[in-house]
Amino acid sequence: MSFFLSPLILNTPDYQYFALDKINLFVILILLVTAILFFILQARQGKRLSIRKIAGLEAVEEAVGRATEMGKSVLFVPGSRDLDDLQTIAGLSILGSVAKMTAQYEARLDVPVNRSLVMAAGQETVKEAYLAVGRPDLYKPEIVHYITDEQFGYVAALEGIMVRERPAACFYMGAFLAESLILAETGNSIGAIQIAGTAMPVQLPFFVAACDYTLIGEELFAAAAYLSQDRRMIGSLKGQDVGKVVAMSAIVIGSLLATLVVLSGSSFIDSLFQAFIRLFALNY
Amino acid sequence: MNILKNLLFHLDRRIIYLAVALAVTIPLMLHFAVPLKPSPIVQSLFDAIEALPPESKVILSFDYGPSTLPENDPMAFAFARHLLTRNHKIYMMALWATGARNLDHTIEQVIEKEFPEKVHGVDYVKLGYKAGDEGLINTLFRDFKGMYTTDGHGTNINDIPMMKEITTLEDFDMILNVGSGRPGTKEWIQYAGDRGNIPIGGAVTAVEALLLYPYYPRQLKGLLGGLQGAAEYETALISKYPQFGKTGRQAQVYMGPQAVAHCVILLLVILGNVSYFLGRRRK
Amino acid sequence: MKKRIPLIIIFCVGTLFVLAIFLPFPPFPAMEGEVSVWFDILKGFAFVLGGGNLIRVTADKIRKGHPDRFYLWVTLVGFFGMLGVGLFQLGGPIASGGDFTTEGLWFRRIYDGIFAPCMAAIFSTLAFFVSSAAYRAFRAKNREATVLLIAAFVILLGRTPLGNSLTAWLPDSLSFLKIPWLFEKILMYPNTAGQRAILIGIALGIVSNSLRLILGVERSYLGGEHS
Repeated sequence: MSFFLSPLILNTPDYQYFALDKINLFVILILLVTAILFFILQARQGKRLSIRKIAGLEAVEEAVGRATEMGKSVLFVPGSRDLDDLQTIAGLSILGSVAKMTAQYEARLDVPVNRSLVMAAGQETVKEAYLAVGRPDLYKPEIVHYITDEQFGYVAALEGIMVRERPAACFYMGAFLAESLILAETGNSIGAIQIAGTAMPVQLPFFVAACDYTLIGEELFAAAAYLSQDRRMIGSLKGQDVGKVVAMSAIVIGSLLATLVVLSGSSFIDSLFQAFIRLFALNY
Repeated sequence: MNILKNLLFHLDRRIIYLAVALAVTIPLMLHFAVPLKPSPIVQSLFDAIEALPPESKVILSFDYGPSTLPENDPMAFAFARHLLTRNHKIYMMALWATGARNLDHTIEQVIEKEFPEKVHGVDYVKLGYKAGDEGLINTLFRDFKGMYTTDGHGTNINDIPMMKEITTLEDFDMILNVGSGRPGTKEWIQYAGDRGNIPIGGAVTAVEALLLYPYYPRQLKGLLGGLQGAAEYETALISKYPQFGKTGRQAQVYMGPQAVAHCVILLLVILGNVSYFLGRRRK
Repeated sequence: MKKRIPLIIIFCVGTLFVLAIFLPFPPFPAMEGEVSVWFDILKGFAFVLGGGNLIRVTADKIRKGHPDRFYLWVTLVGFFGMLGVGLFQLGGPIASGGDFTTEGLWFRRIYDGIFAPCMAAIFSTLAFFVSSAAYRAFRAKNREATVLLIAAFVILLGRTPLGNSLTAWLPDSLSFLKIPWLFEKILMYPNTAGQRAILIGIALGIVSNSLRLILGVERSYLGGEHS
């Protein structure tokens, strides 16, 4: 309770009402948010926005179709972190699209999870997906089931599921840690088509080496927009690109300034360079 | 020759697994240890600890589980030995629930056996595990005793002599994190090191180390990456303090199997390419 | 209503947290720490859902005569056994509220004797999988793959004393060809550059995704259609 009452019961020191040492962060945030909102509005007004093909997402329907033809299941792993991780939410968004396809193709879907909250959200997602394509009869609550919170216990269970049930398609979409290569290699050994996506830079090389398709970093977050082809979500991806342009320009300008400082030895250029760095520095 | 070609083209993965198993087991049985010269990034951390004034307050955070014990335990042991030899105060805590057992392991295997004169509460304190991940670091930054009201044995925190001067994380002279994932060194840097200008040292698994190189040397004083980093740190420690020559070589002994296994993997990569090019020629 | 209330909560809380970064007066600085503690409490209660689901699914399979019944029984025995041993602190003073790592407690014995070795064993399988993945993946199929292969060689050799001794004989003028030097430079420059590029993309993806969630454009986690 004191947490909420603290501004009332505290003495009255000199408070800053805005963290001026983070003004640069605020400006960048406003710029990004404005760009994203602008393109979302543009998309709402009917402007056609296109995004490049992402091979991994183009292959999702092919993978589900393959599972249907072979009479085998589709395994979907939404990462090994909890619902407070954005990668898990991105994974659940993709689960919604995959669940719609499995409902349409009447393929068996298996979604073992290692977090209770993810289980609850996953069950809702799959149920609504099956309902949306008019196949509520195919939905069973056991499609999304809880295994254990413990990382390697979860991995051992997934390996067992893969080796015993031999799914034809395996999707790994979310945050993964050391288990990424264990899952990918086991999937490879059973001959499944594997599509992975994660924003954990350290695990990406393992997925790239062992899976058929990999969504790298931001492609995971773009997947929901890509698969749903929702105009407003595609608009937000366009807005994200403005951020990339800003980042790329800053890198080029910064590198040029740093090079000029070394080549010229000029104190004026040096102070310009230092000022440029401060534009992007975090000052907690 | 044809048999060899067929073997290469259809190499069963179980043969690969067997080769790796032998590459690890045989050196382990033969106690094949590997001497290593400390790399600059490891030496930098060693020197940073050496340079701390006597009786400095250092947090040693155990953020790893049983799966990475062979990599992380030697790091934790080496830090404990180094800090206690230099008479620094160690505040032992864990952000991972499974880290608490590793903390106890370090106390049992190193502190109680090799430093029996050191007193709990005066030279080192077991604070234990608290839930909260980076939220915990955030809270400790503002109010350390608000979260740790007792130590790991249930003693009131205000009754512990070495906790008397501690109010926030900024009262510490260094934070050493032994970790294998999240939350770990990166979170300590983001929520404590950068904010409070507290020197941070990292000791992580080889895979995690790749992500932390960009933080060195500004935010990280040094980094032990994987078993090799642990072995290098042990070499630096034993050169300065030869008394650890017998007990402090765990990582160096484990480096033997790792070095041989790496060579086997290299051989497999070469074989893989040979089979690829032979296969192309066939077509 | 079922979806509208969560959307309103997400909008309010999301906006508040974004603004909290820039508002240095109480209660905003403490908000992140406090709310993450609330989330941990929520997770603790949510475990009942997960545990209940595990028991129900396993018991169902046993009842239907699943061929792997034996292992399903192992799951249930392990679950209830560990729960009982931990809750009642068997082996020590019952319900003493003490540390679970106390000497003599069955919880600690099972953790040290079964749990920890099992975790280590599963993690150890990574060594075998790395080898089979390396055998399959590091092939000079094209230019990029060849560059990857050379880098992999340098990194693998750099992690062993063999790498040091292979090129130790090179004179100082050719020190840039020494494996330890190449190892360090590959990690410090192309690896760091690649990681940072991916991280910038990820950060922008997170901003965009978060905004979609806050504005209610993205609703699949609620089980709903995108709006």
